[in-house]
Amino acid sequence: MAEFLDSLFSIFFIETLMNGLLLGGILALLSVGLNLIFGVIDVVWICYAEIIMVGMYLIFYLNNDLGVHIIPSMIAGILFSGLVGWLTHKIVIARLIDAAPINQLIATGGLLFFFQGAAMIVFGIEFRNMGVSLGSLAVSEDIYLSWTRLISFAISGLIVVALYLFLSRSYLGAAIRAISQDKEIMSLMGVDTKKLYLLTSAIGGALAGLGGCLLVLQYDVHPFIGLSFGPITFIICVMGGLGNMVGGFIAAFIFSELITIGGYFAEIEWGYVLAFVFFIIMMFIRPEGLFARKS
Amino acid sequence: MKYLKLQKVKVKIAMLNVTNLNVGYGSFQALFNIDIDVNAGEAVAVIGPNGAGKTTLMRAISGLMPVKSGTINMEGTDVTKTPAHDIVKLGIAHVPEHRRLFPRMSVEDNLRMGSYAPQFRANYHKRLDFVYSLFPRMQERRNQLAGTMSGGEQQMCAIGRALMSDPKILLMDEPSAGLAPVIVQQVFDLINKIKSEGLTVLIVEQNVKQVLKVVDRAYIIEAGSLKMGGTSSELLGSSEVQKAYLGM
Repeated sequence: MAEFLDSLFSIFFIETLMNGLLLGGILALLSVGLNLIFGVIDVVWICYAEIIMVGMYLIFYLNNDLGVHIIPSMIAGILFSGLVGWLTHKIVIARLIDAAPINQLIATGGLLFFFQGAAMIVFGIEFRNMGVSLGSLAVSEDIYLSWTRLISFAISGLIVVALYLFLSRSYLGAAIRAISQDKEIMSLMGVDTKKLYLLTSAIGGALAGLGGCLLVLQYDVHPFIGLSFGPITFIICVMGGLGNMVGGFIAAFIFSELITIGGYFAEIEWGYVLAFVFFIIMMFIRPEGLFARKS
Repeated sequence: MKYLKLQKVKVKIAMLNVTNLNVGYGSFQALFNIDIDVNAGEAVAVIGPNGAGKTTLMRAISGLMPVKSGTINMEGTDVTKTPAHDIVKLGIAHVPEHRRLFPRMSVEDNLRMGSYAPQFRANYHKRLDFVYSLFPRMQERRNQLAGTMSGGEQQMCAIGRALMSDPKILLMDEPSAGLAPVIVQQVFDLINKIKSEGLTVLIVEQNVKQVLKVVDRAYIIEAGSLKMGGTSSELLGSSEVQKAYLGM
């Protein structure tokens, strides 16, 4: 017991909590895009993390192979992911918009394998690393936090706040919230709902690209990187109540803390086990999500 | 020398003109050869039993439902095939059946959506002031979520939302449905108020007695066909209407 308490108040535990917070920032950013698309269009993009992967590859390719500076590479990555999001809706979802949800799920699931396969053909299955190291920040003598993670966290936070302000203040943001509540009536308000769906998909794709920018600094790029983040992102959205952006935001931090704390007491894999067990139990207790609205 | 004096001939062209309209989905036809006119400044009602096709007519006018044949004209423009999101820009605002507010948005955000189209945004504050002067209650509730208000307040908000686009004609689909009797009276007072602002109104109602007190003319639709039409006093005096709709 004393040993347990020791470990609980140890300096490394504090570092773990802080790392969990930093991971949570990125997961929050990833879930926000998926949540936006679900909330507005009512379609779950199973292939969402694969769009992140596509963005990561483009950034890696531009920067590493063509020698483009990292910032323009990232901007290109964001724009391209936005385009992929736009095309995903235009080519696939728009045709299935009134189809059964299962058909939409299967179609976006098919896209997942399409993106994976395409990435394998174009880039091969090697793990590629940007080789960016920004060092770490010494918070105290024993606590080091990686600068990449800190910057990613700050950017995630900024984007989430910016998105919140966009949705709550601007005309377009209000329309995006409104269309999720009553699509048909939005056309009576003079809104071309098809265009608004395309725009939302492009924003969702661009957010995936932004996530790709932050992930490419920390993780190797490979065709299956989406599998490392896709299920977590999806589960965070479900836990927060699908379509509920604030709920997803909080759930991202709960999930990331569970992963890092589990990893602190055992191996990091146990962190995932802990987090997913929590998720399964929660599904029994509150299947509509932790922060679902009362309807 | 005598000059021919050209006299300005006042040709009365209806603001909204529905001619020979047929609407249906699949093999089911909801409306048969409907002809309806609404002149500028008039309040006109469409009455009839449940399922007669009144809502379908409103939805066809505002572009929510495709038309099989016939034409809908708004101020001389053929809008039969115009999509819903362009109809509102021509000055037709629709207060839908069951109000259909955005329940998880504030009253003010709901009103804001009414002036969403770019050409309406410049007048947003002017229109908002107008709607608030018409419904002071909405100003008190401006930050409340629309879904948490009472039925009557929601109806005010729905009408206010439609007025935000400064429409030439207001389509109202059963504004009194599902409301308590006291509130129903308020809603009809409200329609009177809107009418006195000079707005043209086309209203669908089942509350025949009340609506005929408010409107200038009315059409009766039964089973998708136009049964009769006339001024309110004509209809109130007709024994057929008295028997079928007024319970006399």
